[in-house]
Amino acid sequence: MSGYNQMWSELGLDLEAHDALLSVLGDSYHNIFMTQKNRPEGMKYFDFVMSEVHGLRIKELMDAKTQGKKVIGLYCVFVPEELIIAVDGISVGLCAGAEFNFEGAEQILPRNLCALIKSAFGFKLGRVCPYIEACDLVVGENTCDGKKKAYEVLSPYVKDLYVVDLPQTKSNAGKMLLKEEYLKFIAKLEEISGKKITYENLRKGIDIVNAKRKAVLRLAELRKSNPIPISGLDSLLINQVFFYDDPVRFTNSVNALCDELVERIKRGEGVFPEGTVRVIVSGCPMAVPNWKVPYIVETSGAAIVGEESCVGERGTRWLTETKGSTVEDLVENITDRYFKIDCAIFTPNHSRLEHIKEMFERYNAKGLIHYNLQFCQPYIIESGHFETDLKNSNIPTLRLETDYSQEDIGQLKTRVEAFIERIKG
Amino acid sequence: MKIAGLDIGSRTVKLVVMDGSKILLAKKVLNSHDPLNTVFTLLDGASYDYMVATGYGRHLINEVFSCTIISEIKAFALGSRAVYPSCRAVLDIGGQDTKAIHINEKGKIVKFEMNDKCAAGTGRFLEIMAHALNYSNIDEFSKAACTATKAQTINNMCTVFAESEVISLISRGAKREEVALGIHRAIVSRTLRLLNRVAPSGDVVFAGGVALNECARKLISEELKRPVFVPPDPQIIGAYGAALYGQNKR
Repeated sequence: MSGYNQMWSELGLDLEAHDALLSVLGDSYHNIFMTQKNRPEGMKYFDFVMSEVHGLRIKELMDAKTQGKKVIGLYCVFVPEELIIAVDGISVGLCAGAEFNFEGAEQILPRNLCALIKSAFGFKLGRVCPYIEACDLVVGENTCDGKKKAYEVLSPYVKDLYVVDLPQTKSNAGKMLLKEEYLKFIAKLEEISGKKITYENLRKGIDIVNAKRKAVLRLAELRKSNPIPISGLDSLLINQVFFYDDPVRFTNSVNALCDELVERIKRGEGVFPEGTVRVIVSGCPMAVPNWKVPYIVETSGAAIVGEESCVGERGTRWLTETKGSTVEDLVENITDRYFKIDCAIFTPNHSRLEHIKEMFERYNAKGLIHYNLQFCQPYIIESGHFETDLKNSNIPTLRLETDYSQEDIGQLKTRVEAFIERIKG
Repeated sequence: MKIAGLDIGSRTVKLVVMDGSKILLAKKVLNSHDPLNTVFTLLDGASYDYMVATGYGRHLINEVFSCTIISEIKAFALGSRAVYPSCRAVLDIGGQDTKAIHINEKGKIVKFEMNDKCAAGTGRFLEIMAHALNYSNIDEFSKAACTATKAQTINNMCTVFAESEVISLISRGAKREEVALGIHRAIVSRTLRLLNRVAPSGDVVFAGGVALNECARKLISEELKRPVFVPPDPQIIGAYGAALYGQNKR
């Protein structure tokens, strides 16, 4: 890793803190992922990506920058990667998945705030996220109250922060707003990249991102099999890497893995012992390296067969249509596609509940774990009336509320084990 | 076949050994900094063929003994139903956890919830408050609370803040037993909110160490408008449930 020290110091990282972070990450990755039994060979690619997540990938970004490409960081699935690729930019998800430097974050943010937001600030202020330091532009978005107010606070700390406004209702006015915002975002991207969005480059962006989505949807489809050919942890990891990796290389790697899984399924080979219970996890996004709850679930006798999450099917299930022949048509298609995302900031948000029920059936699950990050009001509130509705549909639900700390693992494990006992009958 | 049920709680460790439907042995000891050693002490002299462990220390035990483990939720549901077949709701207040469990007429767990990660409203909370009021033990604290005719209001459920609140009430001249009653009221009302949300109807079994507390028992029976049954030894229900589970498995 030390081969990157020069690059990291040029990026302004705090090398000592960064080394400490990488060492903790490496250990937990080893304990959580490498101890799984009978993993597919195709996971080696993702192990490699994770081992180089702050190294080789950052070097690739830096090399691309010297060729004039722009690196654009984002925190949310409402920011269209198609547009970024159209101006020859590189889109990267920014670090927000670990309890790092919360004391720093809490000097400028309230303590009672969701861990994801505090983590983004912890990484930035602690100077340990090479992605944000490599960014030419950081894109925020007005999703929840926490995030939209936090971007005001983040603004002076980053080179260039651009915030996309988002609607809160699935109305015509809401859709018009979203389209307006995407048009403004296009202008911003054209300005910083010096490149004009054309039908051809935007179409190329759509094709690249659609191919990436199709690959993860293909992976999702294979998880329907019994025995289950890949763990929920590995599948989550792939959905997390979705936000960092070169999109074309990622797509090829996921497809190669899927080819291997097809063979496994033919041979009747799985990664869990017989009798492992199938569950769906739904709720707040799990950014790298937030593997706490899936690890607890999959070491307690259950297998996760689907994620109803931004880092999962909520973020990837719709493709962008390619109909039309002008930039305007394609922007319309992009707006249609992103407007379908059923984030809990929308009110009402019926389609999310329908999607949960549909996933439960499709993946032949026995239970649903609703994952809430503490202080994430939109998802916590939704989980209440969703639970009541799901009960009427005979879908057993366990609501968990937690943060990025490790101190509640014992209590979470008790709840998860009891839930698994309950759905096993 | 002799089946042992072991419940390793945060404050006490409980053991029940059964042969068929007969309880051969039921005993408990206070837990320590070394739970494994506590378990060895408790198991000393006990003979059994098969063991089922539950409680927060279940995984620790599983690494040392050959045994089956089940969650406390399942253990308390099984144990409660065995001592009181019509029970549809279980309230267990232990040393560091409060659990509310809703079971259906077939004994299946329909829903359960536990308190958050802190000790608010648990047995440990009561111990710390008893100490803050200079009572020498929980029994004395509970009995004193029962003698009060009115209760001081306690607003904080955080153990640390509640302790300061108690001290400031005393320094303002509040009667000790009225504060004691206020503390019991506070945890009972918090606990019943949890229970009524999870299991809003049906007969209740009240178990766990706090069910030994006379004042908590009295307040819970008064405020719940439905039958409440407290087992003769409410602390061993988890260990008993674990032993019953082992019996059905074998």
